[in-house]
Amino acid sequence: MGHKVLMKGNEAIAEAAIKNGCLHFFGYPITPQTEISEYLAKRMPQVGGLCLQAESEVAAINMVMGAAASGSRVMTSSSSPGVSLKSEGISYIVGCDLPCVIVNIQRGGPGLGGIQPSQADYYQATKANGHGDLHLFVVAPASVQEMASLTGLAFDVADKYRTPAMILADGALGQMMEPVNFDIEEKTALPEKTWATNGHGGKRKKNIVNSLYMDPLDLENSIKARFARYDEIKANETRWEEVMVEDADIVMVAYGITSRICKTAINAARAKGIKVGLIRPITLWPFPSAALKKAAETAKHFMVCELNMGQMVDDVKVAIDCARPVSFYGRTGGVMPSAEEVLAEIEKIAGGLTK
Amino acid sequence: MTTKILLAGFGGQGILFAGKQLAKTAMYSDLQVSWLPSYGPEMRGGAANCSVIISDEEIGSPIVTTPDVLIALNLPSFDKFEPTIVPGGLLIADSTLIAKESTRNDIRICRLPATGLAAENKLEGFANVIVLGQLLKQTGLFDYASFLDLMIKGIPASKSALIEKNKRALEIGYTYEV
Repeated sequence: MGHKVLMKGNEAIAEAAIKNGCLHFFGYPITPQTEISEYLAKRMPQVGGLCLQAESEVAAINMVMGAAASGSRVMTSSSSPGVSLKSEGISYIVGCDLPCVIVNIQRGGPGLGGIQPSQADYYQATKANGHGDLHLFVVAPASVQEMASLTGLAFDVADKYRTPAMILADGALGQMMEPVNFDIEEKTALPEKTWATNGHGGKRKKNIVNSLYMDPLDLENSIKARFARYDEIKANETRWEEVMVEDADIVMVAYGITSRICKTAINAARAKGIKVGLIRPITLWPFPSAALKKAAETAKHFMVCELNMGQMVDDVKVAIDCARPVSFYGRTGGVMPSAEEVLAEIEKIAGGLTK
Repeated sequence: MTTKILLAGFGGQGILFAGKQLAKTAMYSDLQVSWLPSYGPEMRGGAANCSVIISDEEIGSPIVTTPDVLIALNLPSFDKFEPTIVPGGLLIADSTLIAKESTRNDIRICRLPATGLAAENKLEGFANVIVLGQLLKQTGLFDYASFLDLMIKGIPASKSALIEKNKRALEIGYTYEV
């Protein structure tokens, strides 16, 4: 265990970006993620990078596209309404096969919604954060330490597979402080960005970064090539955590801040003799379907818990082929459930199972 | 061993700062800790609160709904959170600002006139630190000297006048007999 510092989750993402070689940040302020911009405005000049407050989220994401095309490690961050504004640019970045990191510190929606913690952008992040056939690599940190470590992972996966990666957190994780250390493991060498449009003085054939294909067959081929890389991401980069799943009758499925509320509820339920466990997706796309399918062999019931109206439920049902009942408990609009509320829900289900 | 602390009062009373001092000391004591603030309009006046959990185990939910220790620095916070203290828990209330007395007989009650003490000693704005002093005395959560040391280390040298004031405020709180 190395040197620890007490930091907000937002600051941990910002510092981790610097430690992972990010040299460009483009953003626009919005609660509850503005500390990322604030921190990088101070820190970027110290490492010779650029932190720029754009005139809007739309401008920021297009600046990201430009920096990514030149081969730089680049990041932008926002919160829910701002991420919606970035959607068009994100789709273009996918179409151009450019790596970058996009941070969404979610708040309540739809519309301007509220400013309190939410996970209501799960569908947006995992299904369609932009038009066209596309996926983003989506990680869901659950602690300030993971805000740092998964930022590193997001940059690496983005570069390796030439895809945008999204860090999907929420206002609570962004605002809370916990000890974090930035000891980074030795990195494996990343591939040289031979595709970058970075000026070469006529020494090689020119590179073109583009998302427009007039011939549908060319476009289809480019999409198929991208989906072959998605298959590699699914095979290599799916991550999750399991807590007391082996003997669990009830398996909870929760990510991010909600998974921690569930852990507290699970410990309390275990103390009452209820066999309940947790599968915590760390990557939301790709979704850890295999882990859920395996758990369905022994579990009797799945219970999804999120800060929304149940957006992950379908993914769980598909993962387990609807082999077990899947129920949902959650709060939305910026309200966070207490561990006691979640425990009451666990007890209700456990009561039904013994009947 | 897990201690759940809820600090609540008005924005500007130094609620978040006080919580941060506890969190920092916990971290340097090699304990697990989480600090979760209310954020948004509260920071600019109105109600502010912050949840601090200190534990020797991994911390699950960072939200404190049933505090072991409640620090209440205004009446609305007292009204809202006093009923949520766990039986056997501790209430520290600023009696200068909270005239109302707790009717609970299953908790330890510690009323100290932190804001009044601050004013008497020309330490306006340091009621939060006075309360921290009393908290250390009541809970023995951290060693007084190391808590003070860490708090002072967090103050930039350019603001040396603050060091003396923090020192005095912590001592006043620690030595106050309720």
